[in-house]
Amino acid sequence: MASGLVVRKNQYYDSVFLMRVNRRLLEVRGVQRSAVLMATPANKKLLAELGFRDPQIDAAQPIDLIVAVIAETPQIVEEVLGRLDEWLQPPEEGAAETRLHRLEEALARKPNANLALISVPGEYAAREARKALEGGLNVFLFSSNVPVEDERRLKEFAAQRNLIVMGPDCGTSLLGGAGLGFANAVRRGPIGVIGAAGTGIQEFTCQVHHAGFGISHAIGTGSRDLSDEIGGLTTWAALEALENDPRTEVIVVLSKPPGARTLSRLLARLQACPKPVIGCFLGVSSRDRPAGANFEIVRTIDEAVQGAIAVLTGQRQPFPLELSPEERERAAQEKARWGAGQKYLRGLFAGGTLCYQAQQIFQGAGIRVYSNAPLAPVHRLAHPDESREHTVVDMGDEYYTTGKPHPMIDGTVRRERIRSESRDPEIAILLLDFILGYGASRDPVGDLMDAIVEARETVRRRGGALTVVASICGTDGDPQDLALQTGLLNEAGAVVFTSSARAALFCSELLKQH
Amino acid sequence: MATFAELLEGPVVAINLGLSMFAESLESQGVEVVQVDWTPPAGGDLELAELLDQLL
Repeated sequence: MASGLVVRKNQYYDSVFLMRVNRRLLEVRGVQRSAVLMATPANKKLLAELGFRDPQIDAAQPIDLIVAVIAETPQIVEEVLGRLDEWLQPPEEGAAETRLHRLEEALARKPNANLALISVPGEYAAREARKALEGGLNVFLFSSNVPVEDERRLKEFAAQRNLIVMGPDCGTSLLGGAGLGFANAVRRGPIGVIGAAGTGIQEFTCQVHHAGFGISHAIGTGSRDLSDEIGGLTTWAALEALENDPRTEVIVVLSKPPGARTLSRLLARLQACPKPVIGCFLGVSSRDRPAGANFEIVRTIDEAVQGAIAVLTGQRQPFPLELSPEERERAAQEKARWGAGQKYLRGLFAGGTLCYQAQQIFQGAGIRVYSNAPLAPVHRLAHPDESREHTVVDMGDEYYTTGKPHPMIDGTVRRERIRSESRDPEIAILLLDFILGYGASRDPVGDLMDAIVEARETVRRRGGALTVVASICGTDGDPQDLALQTGLLNEAGAVVFTSSARAALFCSELLKQH
Repeated sequence: MATFAELLEGPVVAINLGLSMFAESLESQGVEVVQVDWTPPAGGDLELAELLDQLL
């Protein structure tokens, strides 16, 4: 085995581009391990963990590129590193003189711009967001790891100028049909949504689309907006905008449970809203919180969809989240194939909110589930990589995404975990979510298919059967082809749902019958 | 300068700073967007960058 590395001074590339380069390097025969990344402190640590140690790495700066390779022979290492310029060639590069490098240059070229999308590394993000606000731009801040005090300052500054900061850590918004970040191709319509969580907004808007209705605007606020430190500054601005927006007839607010002080203020604010409001705070139930004539609290994203549609159609019908007789029958058939000793659920999620909501559903069914992102600290896994009894893992968590691509855009980490879970003789159910849309992997199901087929075969060889339960968040307008993705899962024998909540409910049914 | 209310009236005209895939997806939706190939300011030295900001 041989290794080598190259440090390129003052050559900066974005992390998704470098991920694609790394993927191509790994396809070269004989390459065992590689890393293509900027020399940030976090990435240097990652390189050390991968086994790359060198004084050149220690001396490198965040603006320097590092390419490190471990391969079967020194010749392969030499060949790969020798072809670096070729690897780093962007697919369609504009003429160098027309490319822009600073926000100010872009503002000069597009004086009518009204929005900045910012996805630079977290430590630089607040500075760029501030410049954008000063330039009169609204901000969609995808970057995470922005200090909370910077978030507060940015949002207060935006409010003074009647601008908005969606984020930091904002995955999704849909403004008048334009999908920002990770978003799906959904129909336009009268439902406005405000959401702290990207995948929560995606799941909601896709289900609205499936039901034949549409979205006026979906406004992402960032994961911390309803914490007591921030106090919902963006949520309040978004509410006001949707109240005044003539296209929006009903407003839905989606979030994990807000901070206690902010929740009280928010409920009072929502009760005073002149338009009908549905609140879904995953864990805040209508039993212990007063709603109002114009305001309803629901437990799941699915119920929020039904609630909004009920407002529009005037048909207020109860919508219990329950399985059809056919689905119950399917659960019984799946279960009948399990071998002795098979009893546990392993859920591997790309969507953080979907992972959280699934835990709410399991808790409601009296099923104890462990997680790296648990509802209660007592159910935290000792180590994210080590499942215990029934386990669901948020694979978009920082532990899995520091220096590595998110599972929504790259299946590598989830694939490995599927393989390792299948080696546990007690696994009975593999629960997966697949998120389609702009920004997501071009083939989310295909990325995991080998591992799913292999896992089922591993369990079969032990004399049992692995039940694969999948939810797909996507629409017929998404670039990935929803029908094709669903077909692939069906062919592989998975039980497929278009709702993550219903997929979790199906798992509850399997486990309850045990 | 466009307030948030004006942004919602549309159309979105975006400046994308960072991951180029977000600009590509906006383009594919027919949204007007300009890509900034962002690099860390002052060679990655944030303190120096902020000092320069104050001088300019």
